[in-house]
Amino acid sequence: MALEISQASVEFPAANGRPPVEALRRVDLTIEPGDFTVALGASGCGKSTLLNLIAGFLAPSSGDIRLDGAAVEGPSADRSVVFQKHALLPWLNVIDNVAFGLKLQGTPKEQRYEVAEKFIGLLGLAGFEKSPVYSLSGGMQQRVGIARALTCDPKLLLMDEPLGALDALTRERAQELILRIWKDTGKSVFFITHSVEEALFMGTRLIVMSPRPGRIAHTFDLPFSQRFCDGEPARQIKASSDFVSLREEVLAIIFADEEEE
Amino acid sequence: MTDHISTKAPAWRQTVGGWMAQFSRSRPTRPGETYGVPGQGETVVLSLATIAAFIFVWWLVTALGLVKPLFVPSPQAILSKFVDILTAGFTGTPLWEHAGISAARVFGAFLLACAIGVPLGLAMGMSPLVRGIFDPPIEFYRPIPPLAYLPLMIIWFGIGEVSKVLLIFLSVFAPVALGAKAGVRSAAIEQIHAAYSFGASRWQVLRYVILPSALPEILTAMRIGIGFGWTTLVAAEMVAATKGIGYMVLTASQFLQTATVIMGIIVIAAIAYAFDLLMRFIERRVVPWKGRM
Ligand SMILES: Nc1ncnc2c1ncn2[C@@H]1O[C@H](COP(=O)(O)OP(=O)(O)OP(=O)(O)O)[C@@H](O)[C@H]1O
Ligand SMILES: [Mg+2]
Repeated sequence: MALEISQASVEFPAANGRPPVEALRRVDLTIEPGDFTVALGASGCGKSTLLNLIAGFLAPSSGDIRLDGAAVEGPSADRSVVFQKHALLPWLNVIDNVAFGLKLQGTPKEQRYEVAEKFIGLLGLAGFEKSPVYSLSGGMQQRVGIARALTCDPKLLLMDEPLGALDALTRERAQELILRIWKDTGKSVFFITHSVEEALFMGTRLIVMSPRPGRIAHTFDLPFSQRFCDGEPARQIKASSDFVSLREEVLAIIFADEEEE
Repeated sequence: MTDHISTKAPAWRQTVGGWMAQFSRSRPTRPGETYGVPGQGETVVLSLATIAAFIFVWWLVTALGLVKPLFVPSPQAILSKFVDILTAGFTGTPLWEHAGISAARVFGAFLLACAIGVPLGLAMGMSPLVRGIFDPPIEFYRPIPPLAYLPLMIIWFGIGEVSKVLLIFLSVFAPVALGAKAGVRSAAIEQIHAAYSFGASRWQVLRYVILPSALPEILTAMRIGIGFGWTTLVAAEMVAATKGIGYMVLTASQFLQTATVIMGIIVIAAIAYAFDLLMRFIERRVVPWKGRM
């Protein structure tokens, strides 16, 4: 599934005396099948806006977005979203939340529970199937959100800071899990994060965004996720000299952005 | 508690200060509680004590003969009136029948109002077209006291059951419909977006996201609505009724049977309160997640 964004701008109109916000200006981005695109950038630079655009929740003020050549006109089941704010359904327990997408698609109960069960296990939530989601910790809720998006087996997976609330160990495990699923299923992924290390480790391509107006300032091609999939241990990759030097380079860019403020 | 107050302050200042302190900060949590939840804590004992105190003062005032029984009969008089009407009946109809008929009117109107009001309110929340059409009439009649349009009901629908139930129905309908309409807004946009990104249809979003998240507000609106229903009952039974608690109260008041009036009021309050307890119970069972996420 190839996604092409060309010259897309998003402007939130002025309201209540606030000036209009130019959340994105003339953004070009292509996501090829199997790409793992990571977006990085200061808070408020338009990452979530870009994701909403891809998901079809927002229409660009100008420019266009095409999926396999057809204009994106709204959300659909081929692009599942993991939200920055959990967006779980508190009236459903964990397993029903995870199986929610399959339920909407009309999968029979036994089958969808089977799939849900698998992802609940993968995300380390086994034993919590019947728990109400509001009784879970923030990190557990995020994992439910990830499992819910994965069960739908979308071609393009959109994730907005999905690992932000996880502890270091769970986070690394989740990174590796997402990478394995991405590799095994050949999905495309669009992934937003605030962690430079996470961005470098996971992506095949990194876009660094700058605020006011939101735009893509730099693009990097990344080899590290491929190396992980080829069997190199994660810790070794993250300690390797090319990883460290690229990390410093990207950090320098981001700090330079912040200085400008 | 008083430790925080300056040790130089006189003793009375310390006590007052300690007493005042409970308003300036939350009390420490007990195990299993969360700090700072507004209004947290048991109230049953306090409520029972209030009722007991009220009845005691009431009894004292009447026992000392401070007020004439015509104005305030004693609690015992009310109780014996209750037993009397329970067995012998009022105007030839036993008490349970009066209560039953009134309850049937109120609950009938209430069910009807919910059956129409909830779907209509949801439709108003979902569709600008429906909202545009129904908002003005509902907002227009809502603040009018039912007594004001009671004559119209009689002229249009006669003095039978229809105008009685319709009057109560109208008073329940507006809060229920408006509550359901407001409830549509309770779903977070992320929850709605999530459903759409899993391929949901508009109908599925309504059924699986918007409706459940509106449920707390709908239940609250129903509780408020039935309250209005009981309020309107007496007005409705002014219309050529021969049975019903409202009729009983009205008739008794014409004959200055104060004990019967107060007894009727207590019966209405008791039924309404029992139903409210039931609704609260249902609320806890159906929407345990209310306010938690
Ligand atoms: N609905 C909206 N109306 C008006 N302005 C908005 C709206 N949504 C976002 N914005 C503005 O657009 C800009 C980009 O917001 P966005 O949420 O995309 O940032 P972000 O990069 O995801 O930030 P973060 O990392 O903090 O999540 C911000 O300046 C924000 O104030
Ligand atoms: Mg964001």
